[in-house]
Amino acid sequence: MVKKRENQDFVLSLLQERKGDAMYDGGKIIPGLVIFVGLMTYPIWSGNAGTTPKPVKPTGHEKCVKHKEFMRTSHMVLLNEWRDEVVRDGNREQIHIGDKVYDKSLQNGCMHCHTSKKKFCDECHNYTAVKPYCWECHIQPKETI
Amino acid sequence: MDKKRRDFLKIAGLSAIAGVAAPTALNTLFKGEVIASDHGGGHGAEPQGQGHAKIEVPTGKRFGMVIDVNKFHRYEGLAEKCTNACHSIHNVPKFTDPKVELKWIWKEPYEHAFTEHSHYKKNDELHNMPFMVMCNHCDAAPCVRVCPTQATFKNKDGMVLMDFHRCIGCRFCMAACPYGSRSFNWSDPRGKDKDGKPLIAKENTKFPTRTRGVVEKCNFCAERIAVGQEPACVEACGATKAMIFGDLNDAHSEISQVLKKQYTIQRKPALGTKPSVFYII
Ligand code: SF4
Ligand code: SF4
Ligand code: SF4
Repeated sequence: MVKKRENQDFVLSLLQERKGDAMYDGGKIIPGLVIFVGLMTYPIWSGNAGTTPKPVKPTGHEKCVKHKEFMRTSHMVLLNEWRDEVVRDGNREQIHIGDKVYDKSLQNGCMHCHTSKKKFCDECHNYTAVKPYCWECHIQPKETI
Repeated sequence: MDKKRRDFLKIAGLSAIAGVAAPTALNTLFKGEVIASDHGGGHGAEPQGQGHAKIEVPTGKRFGMVIDVNKFHRYEGLAEKCTNACHSIHNVPKFTDPKVELKWIWKEPYEHAFTEHSHYKKNDELHNMPFMVMCNHCDAAPCVRVCPTQATFKNKDGMVLMDFHRCIGCRFCMAACPYGSRSFNWSDPRGKDKDGKPLIAKENTKFPTRTRGVVEKCNFCAERIAVGQEPACVEACGATKAMIFGDLNDAHSEISQVLKKQYTIQRKPALGTKPSVFYII
């Protein structure tokens, strides 16, 4: 107990001693820090977050199976649901949007409209640095370019 | 003092019994509920008790196959035609090394296909007959029981299917299957062979490939049945009717009619796996 008390006192005294001291090279360090933080946060405050992804939209199809905002954030959830329904429950009920019919399938559904993995999937996946392993088994459409 | 000790022993004994019995009693109580929610819960993918799949009693359909070996014997090349049809439609890569090859349906001699049957002094012709072997879509499938991830499961139509997404490549199912119906992807099926030729000669873009470390087998063409087509091998047999596919539980189906009239045998019936594939010899 006594020992602990002594230790605390020692640390406190050290802190108090340092308190009044000037910062060595403060004139360089502080502007340096400001510049560093400024540079690091540049994409945030400037609104320039690099080249934003521009996935190519399919032609001839106005509406996706879900609305754009949902697909942007949660298409993988939908794909997982489809997978379970089709593979496990054998529920292959097609989706009717307007006068168009879609299969619940990545390879035989989504990619029939979004005919280029490069110009659609990869655009955002590269930007957000995610590597989904769909294509290790599913066959991507032939890239035309 | 004496009395106290006896009381203590009694209480200790009773609590020990209660301690052992309570979990079992609670389990029995709750079991009904668990199974009920399983049925209502939609996805079969949810883990069930101890990671073992529950094998459902066939309700409704149970698909099966009758294979007429005489016809395969008579029509030369039919066996290869069936194998090619199946393997090309399902993107099964062609390895030449038998140690790593992948097979969904293939030809075996009588000795290999029917190991439980007597081979002693059988007629010469039998030994020359090509027996097409494939997954038996067993009614009491051991592969389903052992799969720790439920990647292998029994669907509502009695087909033993695989969800390749879930397969972790542990190969328990291969050890459990008494028929060797399953193959393992030792290397990338999209790779090339020694001569630089792709292992999958021409990809069927409607069906996925597999990846290294995944098990595969005949899926009774579940993806074709769902859209009203015949299994690819049955289609390849065409008018020869060397293979007949249908619902074993429907007394009026073609397969049931054939089974009623013809003498058929199954592979390793004594194991109790209840195969759904029958052979006319
Ligand atoms: S033949 Fe083998 S793989 Fe097929 S269901 Fe029976 S045990 Fe499973
Ligand atoms: S190898 Fe795949 S299918 Fe077979 S038991 Fe393991 S996880 Fe299941
Ligand atoms: S039923 Fe389909 S998957 Fe099975 S062997 Fe025949 S063609 Fe292949």
